[in-house]
Amino acid sequence: MMTSAMRDSKGRPIAVVTGMGVVTALGEGKQDNWRALTAGRSGVARIHRFATENLRTTVAAQIGFIDFGGDSSGEMCYEVARRAIEEAIGEAGIGTRGDFPGMLVAAVPPFEVEWPLRLAVAREAASRGSSANDRFSALLDVAGAGDWRRGFEFTQRECVAEMLADTFGTRGQPVSMSTACASGASAIQYGTEAIRRGETGAVLCVGTDVTVNAESLVRFSLLSALSTRNDPPEEAARPFSRDRDGFVMGEGAAALVIESLESARARGADILGVVRGCGERADSFHRTRSKPDGSAIIRALANALEDADLEPAAIGYVNPHGTGTPENDKMEYLSLSAVFGAALAGVPVSSNKSMIGHTLSAAGTIEAVFSFLTMDRGTLPPNINYKTPDPEIALDVVANVAREQPVATVMSNSFGFGGQNVSLVLAREPQ
Amino acid sequence: MSEATRPDAWITGVGLVSSLGDGVEAHWARLKSGKVAEPVVDETTAAPYSFHPLCEVAFETQIPGRGDRRQMGPWQLLGTYAAGLALSDAGLGDDAAAKADMNLLVAAGTGERDPESDAAIFEEVHDLPADQTGLNRLMMDTLRPTLFLSQLANLLAGNISIVHGVTGSSSSFMGAEMAGVAAVENAVRRVRAGRDRLFLVGGSFVAGRNEHLLALAGMKLAWMHAFKPVWQRAGQGGGAILGNVGAFLVIEEAEHAAARGAHAYAAIGEVASGRGGTLQPVRDAVRSLGPGPLLVMSGASGIEPQTSDERGVLEGLAADGFEPVVRGYASVLGLAAEAHFPAGLALAAIAADRGAAYDPFEGSGFEQPSSLAPDHVLVTTQGQWRGAGAGLLASTER
Repeated sequence: MMTSAMRDSKGRPIAVVTGMGVVTALGEGKQDNWRALTAGRSGVARIHRFATENLRTTVAAQIGFIDFGGDSSGEMCYEVARRAIEEAIGEAGIGTRGDFPGMLVAAVPPFEVEWPLRLAVAREAASRGSSANDRFSALLDVAGAGDWRRGFEFTQRECVAEMLADTFGTRGQPVSMSTACASGASAIQYGTEAIRRGETGAVLCVGTDVTVNAESLVRFSLLSALSTRNDPPEEAARPFSRDRDGFVMGEGAAALVIESLESARARGADILGVVRGCGERADSFHRTRSKPDGSAIIRALANALEDADLEPAAIGYVNPHGTGTPENDKMEYLSLSAVFGAALAGVPVSSNKSMIGHTLSAAGTIEAVFSFLTMDRGTLPPNINYKTPDPEIALDVVANVAREQPVATVMSNSFGFGGQNVSLVLAREPQ
Repeated sequence: MSEATRPDAWITGVGLVSSLGDGVEAHWARLKSGKVAEPVVDETTAAPYSFHPLCEVAFETQIPGRGDRRQMGPWQLLGTYAAGLALSDAGLGDDAAAKADMNLLVAAGTGERDPESDAAIFEEVHDLPADQTGLNRLMMDTLRPTLFLSQLANLLAGNISIVHGVTGSSSSFMGAEMAGVAAVENAVRRVRAGRDRLFLVGGSFVAGRNEHLLALAGMKLAWMHAFKPVWQRAGQGGGAILGNVGAFLVIEEAEHAAARGAHAYAAIGEVASGRGGTLQPVRDAVRSLGPGPLLVMSGASGIEPQTSDERGVLEGLAADGFEPVVRGYASVLGLAAEAHFPAGLALAAIAADRGAAYDPFEGSGFEQPSSLAPDHVLVTTQGQWRGAGAGLLASTER
C-alpha cells in the first residue's frame, strides 16, 4: 500500500522527474545549454544546411554541431532525441543500457516523403528511362523496384518512436503524439497521467523536432507566422516586444525520465522536480487564431492549476509559449491576466524562444527541462531582444539579462496551431 | 480503484464511412446480405496499385459551413464528417454543452499535401539540376497558404473542434495503425480510471493519395495483383490494398451513458498492444474470457508474414477452448492506417449490437458462415510496419 506521502492531494501517485537531457541550437547537454541560456546568447543564425535564395526568412536556430548521417527529418529527429535520452537516462541512473523499465512517449512532427527522397527516386527513374506515362507513375515504378526501404522507413509516421524504442529497450508499444506546438507538453501530460493511473512506474518522455527545411519555411512564411527580420539573425526572435514580427524556427530535443515518487524513492534516485499539474482545453474558434476572449487558453491554464491543486499565487515564474508572433503574445498575456489577476504583476516571465527559437513539437519538453533548471539553479533565464516593451503587454519580463531569484513552482505553456492548448505546473519539491 | 469498482466504458456512437457506404445501416446491409461480401475496389485509377474508393458522401450534412469545407482537404473532410456521424449517432449532435467538455482523441496521419501543387513543382524541378534555389522558388510560387494548414497532423482534430465544438481536451496520436490503437487505449484507460467520462475517438484515411501509394511502394508492402481477400494473398507474397475510411466512436462511461438514456452498442474492455505480432495482445485481450464462441474482427492487412502469423494465432484460439468466427475486415474496407482499428471496432460494435456475425468477407472457406449471436467480439490490428493491438467488446445485453 502506497503511503499518503507518495500521493498528491487528489490521491494519485506523484509523478517526479529523475533525469533530463536537452539538445538545442545552443549546444548539447544541460550544462552548455544553461550556460548559454543564462548568458543571454542567441542560437539563431543564418540557415546553413541548405540554400535559402528565394526564401523570405533566412534565419533559424539550427543545430550546427551534429554531423547528421542523412537529410531526412526522421533521421535528424531521431539522432537529436537519442542524444537527449542518453543524457536523461544517464542522470536518472535507471535500468541498464538498452533496457529502460517503462514506456516511451515521443512528441514528434509529422513525417512524410520529403523532396530530397522524392527527387532522388525521380533521378533514378530518369536515368533508367522509365516507360511510365507520367512522372509520378515512373516514381512509383522505381520506388517499388529499387532498394529504398531504409529511406522510406524514415517517412513512416512512427519511425522516430520505433527506432528510439529499439535503441533504449523501452517497454510496450511506443506512443507518438503530434499536437503541433503543444506536442511536447502533451507527451509529458500523457506520461504523467499513466503514472498517476498506476499503469507504470516510469515513463521516458521525449520531444524532438529538426524540421528546419525549405518546405516548412515556405509554409510558415505563407502563413505570415515567421519573423523576416533576417539581419542580424540573433535579434529576430523578440517575444513580448512591441516590434515582434513572428517566430523563428528552432531545432532541438529534450527527454525527461518521469517516475512515480514511490519508485524513485525506492531506488534512491535524486528527485529533480515534480509534474504537479496538467491542463488542457481545445479552441474551436479558428485554425490559427485563438478565441478573441482567450477563453480556451484561460481554461487550459486554470485546469492546470486545478489539477495541481494550487492557487495562481503559488506560481513563482511563467515559462510562456511566448513565440513572438503578434497574436500569440497578446493572447497569452490576456489569458495570464485573466487567470492571475493583479498578482500577475509580481510573476516574472521569460520566453526561452528568444534564444532557442520555436522548437515546435519539441518545445514543450525543452521548456519543461529549462523550467526545472530554473528552479534548481534559482536563476531566471532572460528574454533577450526585449528592448521595446509592448505597452499592451504589462508583464514582468526578465529583460535581456538573467535574474537571480528562487522559484519553487513554474507554469509552462504550450499552444498549438489547430487549437490544442496545454499548460503544465512544475514544482521543485514534492508537496 | 479496485478492478470491481472501475467504471465500464461503453461505445455509444458509431460513425463509419468507407467504400461500402455511409453509416451504420449501410455497412450492415452490405456485410449481412446473406452471401460472401463483395468489396468495392478501384483497380484502374492507380494501376497496378488498387484501392478501395470512398462512397458518395454528402459532406455538407455534417459540415454545413462552406468556408469550413474549403479549409479542408479530403482527409480532414472525411474525418470531420465521420466524427459528426458518431456524435449524431450517440445523440450528442445538438448537445453543445456535452461536446464542449468532451475529450477528443484523434489518430492522425501526416496532414495532407496538395497533389496539384506537388505535381506542378515536380514537373518543373524534374528538369532542373539538383538545385535547392530553384526548388525554393517553385515552392514559394506554387504552394498555397490555406493548404499549409492541412499539412499539420493535428488539424483534423482542430477541424473537429471547430466544426463540432468538441473542446474538453484534444490529443492527436501518430503512427499509422498503432495510432488508432493508442487513441482507443487511452480513452478506455481514462474512463476506467474514473478520470474522464466522454470521448470522441477515431481517425480517417484517404487511400488514393499519391503520397500513400509512394510510401507503400517504397516500403514494398503493396498488393499489385488482381484483387484477392487478405487471407488469399500469401501465395503471391502478400501485400496491402489501402482503403478510404472514416471511423469515429463515442466512448462513454457506462453510468454517464445510462443517465442520459444513451444506446450502448457494446462495452469496451481490455485494449492491449505490443511490439511483436498479434499473439500477446490477443492473449491479453481475452485473458479474462471463458471458452466458447468468439467473433473475431481481424485487421490482418494481407501483408506477409504478419497475415499468416495472425491466421495462426486465431486458429490457435481453438486450443484454449474458443470457437473463433473470423472476419478479416481489411478484405472489405482495405487497410486504413490510422482509421483501421477504430473501423474494426465500429464493425464489431455493430455486430454486438445487432446480435449477429457478418457473413463471410471471403470465400476460401477460412471464413465460415455463422449463426453466432456474439456475446464478445475480439478486434485485432497489426501495424503495416510495426506493432499490433487487440481489443475486446462485450455485449451489454447479457
